[in-house]
Amino acid sequence: MATVELDDIKKRFGSTEVIKGVSINVADGEFIVIVGPSGCGKSTLLRMVAGLETITEGELRIGGTRANDLEPMDRDIAMVFQNYALYPHMSVAQNMGYGLRIKGLPKAEIAAKVQGVAELLQLTELLDRKPKQLSGGQRQRVAMGRAIVREPKVFLFDEPLSNLDAKLRVQMRLEIRELQAKLGITALYVTHDQVEAMTMADRMIVMNEGIAEQIGTPLDVYERPASLFAAQFIGSPSMNVVEAEGRDGALHVGDMRLPNPAAAQGPVMLGLRPEHLVPDPDGPIALQVQLAEPLGANTLLHGKLPDGTAFTASLAGVHNVGHGGEALRLSVTPEHMHFFDKTTRRRLT
Amino acid sequence: MAGEITGMVEKRGFGLWLTHLVMIAGVLVIFFPIWLAFVASTVTQPQIVQPPMPIWPGDQFIENYTAALVSGVNVPVAVMLGNSLVMAVGIAVGKIIISLLSAFAIVYFRFPARNLFFWLIFLTLMLPVEVRIVPTYEVIAGFGMLNSYSGLIFPLIASATATFLFRQFFLTIPDELAEAARVDGARPMRFFWDILLPMSRTNIAALFVILFIYGWNQYLWPLLITTDPSMNTIVMGIKQMFPSGDDVADWPVIMATSILAMIPPVLVVISMQKLFIRGLVDSEK
Amino acid sequence: MGAGDRPLYPRMEKRVTFKGWLLPLCLIAPQVFISAVFFFYPAGQAVWQSLFIPDPFGLSSQFVGLENFEYLLGDPFYRASFITTAIFSTLVTLAAMIPALFLAVMADRLVKSAGVYRTLLIWPYAVAPAVAGVLWLFMFNTRVGVVAWYLGQLGYDWNHVLNEGEAMGLVVVASAWGRISYNFLFFFAALQAVPRSIIEAAAIDGARFWRRFFTIVLPLLSPTTFFLLVVNIVYAFFETFGVIHTITSGGPQQATTILVYKVFSDGFVGQDLGSSAAQSVILLVVVGLLTVLQFKYVEKRVHY
Repeated sequence: MATVELDDIKKRFGSTEVIKGVSINVADGEFIVIVGPSGCGKSTLLRMVAGLETITEGELRIGGTRANDLEPMDRDIAMVFQNYALYPHMSVAQNMGYGLRIKGLPKAEIAAKVQGVAELLQLTELLDRKPKQLSGGQRQRVAMGRAIVREPKVFLFDEPLSNLDAKLRVQMRLEIRELQAKLGITALYVTHDQVEAMTMADRMIVMNEGIAEQIGTPLDVYERPASLFAAQFIGSPSMNVVEAEGRDGALHVGDMRLPNPAAAQGPVMLGLRPEHLVPDPDGPIALQVQLAEPLGANTLLHGKLPDGTAFTASLAGVHNVGHGGEALRLSVTPEHMHFFDKTTRRRLT
Repeated sequence: MAGEITGMVEKRGFGLWLTHLVMIAGVLVIFFPIWLAFVASTVTQPQIVQPPMPIWPGDQFIENYTAALVSGVNVPVAVMLGNSLVMAVGIAVGKIIISLLSAFAIVYFRFPARNLFFWLIFLTLMLPVEVRIVPTYEVIAGFGMLNSYSGLIFPLIASATATFLFRQFFLTIPDELAEAARVDGARPMRFFWDILLPMSRTNIAALFVILFIYGWNQYLWPLLITTDPSMNTIVMGIKQMFPSGDDVADWPVIMATSILAMIPPVLVVISMQKLFIRGLVDSEK
Repeated sequence: MGAGDRPLYPRMEKRVTFKGWLLPLCLIAPQVFISAVFFFYPAGQAVWQSLFIPDPFGLSSQFVGLENFEYLLGDPFYRASFITTAIFSTLVTLAAMIPALFLAVMADRLVKSAGVYRTLLIWPYAVAPAVAGVLWLFMFNTRVGVVAWYLGQLGYDWNHVLNEGEAMGLVVVASAWGRISYNFLFFFAALQAVPRSIIEAAAIDGARFWRRFFTIVLPLLSPTTFFLLVVNIVYAFFETFGVIHTITSGGPQQATTILVYKVFSDGFVGQDLGSSAAQSVILLVVVGLLTVLQFKYVEKRVHY
């Protein structure tokens, strides 16, 4: 158990900078999810913590001591890989015990520890099997077991659930979170799935193009996205963003006049989450509905604003909208309006 | 149309029998030389010298094979079999060991002049010993390795086919496995022994089959460097059993020797057919 | 997914490697050493010797530049050997590939028993070329050969010891024989890999068996065919020495003296080291070209 501190960590491959300075202090026992689209550098960041990639610049401290130049095994970490990386010729027990064997622990002690973790993960029946005789979920569990049995200071997860089917993913997500809480081991977890990020994280790092767009609790990120990217990446369906202009004490979106709680002046980007829109005959927003997707509990309405911008609203309950061209008036409460700078794309106020 | 489709997957009735007939004819034609050799190895010399020789085996099996194994023509065939075995196993094992090590180095490390070594090794990929026989012979003679097992074995190890195969195989092993091993604390040689070697078992076995046959079937090289009959290998020794001049060859013994020369590689191929085919396809593509 | 957000590495390299340089150098040393001593040094020697002519007693040699090559290329025997090699390897390649393809197509139609035939057909691959030579020599031996005798009964006087065409025919057949097995294995594997759905689509389109074969299957086999073409040419060039040495010893009148055989007979029998070395160098170039050809193919295969 340990804290993990990243201090302006950078990574360059040749002349291309793929991680452009990421800093975070991870508290002991905290569960951090690094989330972002493909190519954002989230795996590279995790692999630098693991010691599988060298850190070009900045300092990494695990448990307070500098770890930049330590070999992976000396960092006291354990890693769960996307494809599990189980040794195909070894049994489940051998896979789990391999790290301990290398450490030179006595056989009996290894067996006892493996047994203990196997019970924790309900793997006892499978200890003598080879990886190829296991289902995807079981392999995933063995990979977890291999990480746990070493009693590391830090768990590193590299998209561990992306090879599982949807149902199993939900189940394993809960299991991993419970285990981590029970063991109290600090964890860094990489995923591209925003639902995983929202449900599992104590805090998350939203990454884009090598930059940490935002670091915060899931609710933080949802309620006060720090940038346009974070705003649109988290939340489903994703946030509507329209160009707006503040003048005369109001906010103008095309011909529409909205309240201006931020007292924005000049051109800004306005973000509105689809689920925060409510039908209101006197509402300022005019949506030309083109397609309705009834999901049961709510209905997604896709359409256009008068100026042609695509726009989505998610309304509670069932809304029967006829085919094509129906106009709908919507309103939004001021606290659900997000303002972003047009050039820096960062949050205003 | 359904009939047509299954018909193409497997012919039925007349077509099926015709196909079988063609295959059987093919097998018989391919087999004929071996059969004839076997028959010749079981009859007496006069039966052969008076053509046409019989088409079914005779009763001299034990006599001819004993004669070949115990006394042979220049040297007992048993001795030549032993030499061939040493040479074939030596080449197979030697090549596998050095190839495993160098492929491991090339794939899993970055070190100075790595690319240079890589290309040096791969230049040897296809160049058979036949092309450089004279100077190679001189090297072996210079080392005093004529008529020795090391002289038979080493020059034939100097080829990169096996290195190439292992390199290809190592490249298909997921990176995460090496990473997991590193996180588990395995140092390079530990990874090699614990992970890489056990995972390569099938490839090693398949390659062994291929290399064994390659070594066993060598002809020119042993012909050059084993002037002492007691160092002859069986494949090159057969030709030495033909008399020079007009004397009549001792056909039953020669044919018995030919059969004996075929048995080990044929046994290896048949008994390890799956491995062999896999090794063949892997090592060539 | 996850793989996409990793930095792009060259395909043929590992993403992660171990540190250090002493260990890998030690690991690679045995192979480098053996290659240097038994491959590069002799190959270098061959190049070096090809530039000299030794005196008749072998005591000293004189630098002659490219004279050995000039002499060789002007030598009618050497040019004849080139043509012999071309004819020989073309015939061997055809004789080894066409029957193999035919048998593979037949075997491919037999779903259940194909394995049995395969087991029976792979035998000859294990037979050394030199042994194959002895077997075929035995069948066609002018005194005791069964086939030669039956040919005689039919009124054909077989004598490959005197007749150049018959000698060539015999070494071609003996060389091709074992290779049929080899080619069969590859063709058969390739045929098995042709997706059934493609064949079925062609069948639904109304194409009959042989038409399907020539318009659909054969084009799909072209990578295998090309590969086997190169490999069989290499085989005919370099690995048939045993066949020729046992059956004809290059005769009659050098009618079966292929290039490799000539390197041997000039170098060891004729003791003309300069010429033999120059021939080795020329062969080196030929092999080099074939290797490049094959390597391109190999890389292509690896890249998909």
